[in-house]
Amino acid sequence: MSDSDVTREGLRGERTQREALTGAKAGRRRHRRGRGGRGGRGGRGEQPMVPEAEFSSYYGKPVLNKPTWKPLDIAGYLYLGGLAGASSLLAAGAGVTGRPALARPAKLGAAGAISLSLVALVHDLGRPARFLNMLRVFKPTSPMNVGSWVLSGYAPLALGAAAVDLTGRARRVGSLATAGAAVLGPAVATYTAVLLADTAVPSWHEGYRELPYVFAGSGATAAAGLALAATPAAQAGPARRMAALGAALELGTFQAMKHRMGLSAETFEQGKAHRLLRAAETLTAGGAALAVLSGRLRDRRLALAAGAALLSGSAALRFGVFHAGVASAKDPKYTVVPQRERLTAREG
Amino acid sequence: MSGDQVRADRAGLWFGPQPDVAGASGYPDAPPRMGFFTDTSVCIGCKACEVACKEWNAVPEDGLELTGMSYDNTQGLGADTWRHVAFIEQRKPFGGQQPGVSHDDVDVFAAASALGTDAASPGPGATTPPAGAAPAGAPAGEISPVSPDGRTELRWLMASDVCKHCTHAACLDVCPTGALFRTEFGTVVVQEDVCNGCGYCVPACPYGVIDQRKDDGRVWKCTLCYDRLGVGMEPACAKSCPTESIQFGPLEELRERAAGRVAQLHASGVTDARLYGESPDDGVGGDGAFFLLLDEPEVYGLPPDPVVTTRDLPDMWRHAAMAAVSLGALAVASFARRPR
Ligand code: SF4
Ligand code: SF4
Repeated sequence: MSDSDVTREGLRGERTQREALTGAKAGRRRHRRGRGGRGGRGGRGEQPMVPEAEFSSYYGKPVLNKPTWKPLDIAGYLYLGGLAGASSLLAAGAGVTGRPALARPAKLGAAGAISLSLVALVHDLGRPARFLNMLRVFKPTSPMNVGSWVLSGYAPLALGAAAVDLTGRARRVGSLATAGAAVLGPAVATYTAVLLADTAVPSWHEGYRELPYVFAGSGATAAAGLALAATPAAQAGPARRMAALGAALELGTFQAMKHRMGLSAETFEQGKAHRLLRAAETLTAGGAALAVLSGRLRDRRLALAAGAALLSGSAALRFGVFHAGVASAKDPKYTVVPQRERLTAREG
Repeated sequence: MSGDQVRADRAGLWFGPQPDVAGASGYPDAPPRMGFFTDTSVCIGCKACEVACKEWNAVPEDGLELTGMSYDNTQGLGADTWRHVAFIEQRKPFGGQQPGVSHDDVDVFAAASALGTDAASPGPGATTPPAGAAPAGAPAGEISPVSPDGRTELRWLMASDVCKHCTHAACLDVCPTGALFRTEFGTVVVQEDVCNGCGYCVPACPYGVIDQRKDDGRVWKCTLCYDRLGVGMEPACAKSCPTESIQFGPLEELRERAAGRVAQLHASGVTDARLYGESPDDGVGGDGAFFLLLDEPEVYGLPPDPVVTTRDLPDMWRHAAMAAVSLGALAVASFARRPR
């Protein structure tokens, strides 16, 4: 081997594929503010609002470490919490207004959902002792800690209410438990929004003002869906109304949130999150409409279809929001561009 | 503005300047706050810090792969990388001007084959033009091509990144178990026997520092060598740094030293030099580990204007409480009979 394999054209016998990019070319990417107009429905054909901005990153690497949570566990946990919390409200209302056929599925739903959500959480943590570990302190700056305390107050009440309903014994205790669960239920449904928002993940944090309402609405539609599917039409009136009101709250506040969020709303319109959220919108709106219709026509099959649509719509929303956040953490654009703009504005 | 007023009142607790970090965490007679000042202008990218950190802290190997993106095969901070040396290769644009000379039309191979055959040639082995033969505008004895201000067109930026030991550390604030705590030196440390692996601190950190170790589920990050500090030693990375790019000491002193270094660099024409993370007025109340950078933070993979998320936490709880009340009202409305 007297002479080198490396020639001016690259390795002998090979062709240089490309030139390695350095500095300005490798690190800087064009970022287009394509999402003009309203609703963000594909910005195609629209003129960008501002000229294309260049943004820098370190070889396109994310600035943030992406959430390590498993989607099924944590998005599932958010969903089940909403379902349980709002179901407890239905159960209490049904108790007060004398609708036993509505109260029972609502109580069972709340108990089942909260148990499953604890299973999901423990599965994500690895072992049950780790959940108890969270109760060794009380820390209002940690939504997960606050949530653990709320859950450990709520879960026994929801389970107790369901147990009394099934056995028919200790009715006084049962109604106390039902009332207690109804008091804590809304907190169980909405604190999960703070859980997501209190992070540096752009698509979760930026929406912190509206996200609790979105989750409240979504919890209401899920609970209404479950109740609709399991309650005879004569007693399901409140569930039907809850479906309509919950859907309006969820869809309305979600739109408001996207409008306010700016760049980080983009991840709601892309990829897996987009497909899930579009499905959530259709299922929730369709489910609410079917729920109202089922009341008019007194049709069990319609009520069942409405229930299924509402339950899956609410789940799709949680998974969509979850995935949008992960996507926004993975792309440095969502961290750098808004911060750079803020900095430039401040420096004048 | 009233919102800002309220915030200012709460400042010091969850965000804003906090002159006595350890004191606020319940250490009455704390030693001075210790930290890192990483002067990237003298970093040579030797990675001694990465290695020293791994060795001292027994941090496991985290994948030996060639990324092909640069000399940096570590890529970023994580559970098993507590110090990370970034390499940025830059074609620095010179404000629209052309560098002093352009070699675009020069065939270097032809030129090399003629080396030593020309009377004017300095002969083999010479890498710089002799004094006086340099192109106009370039200081004698430097490598061409050079820009009029005397710098070469291609530059490497190297920076050793680390946990910032924030004054207001989001990771610490959100941890549900108290596994993350503030030490008497004002630094932020994870207790691995308390951490329950919930992973909440990971997305909370605005710098992308702390991360979960796949096999044990718990999180890990730089401890600023808490064990060494306790016995009066300096952290392993600072100890190993041959150029003193990583400087360790009382934060106050480091801030003074850093201000002096920036002034010195500015005076010698390095106008890009700037400090990052040193200001107690920034979104995290100032970093316990701050940097002298030669370009925008995002070029190094750092966020330009990080804010601790707990700044908005009171607002978040308020919105969640109002949403909970709305949900209750919605339920009441569902049971109220519709007026006929
Ligand atoms: S840089 Fe991140 S991990 Fe380090 S103290 Fe700040 S928030 Fe915590
Ligand atoms: S993963 Fe460990 S250190 Fe991080 S927030 Fe959870 S318990 Fe705290």
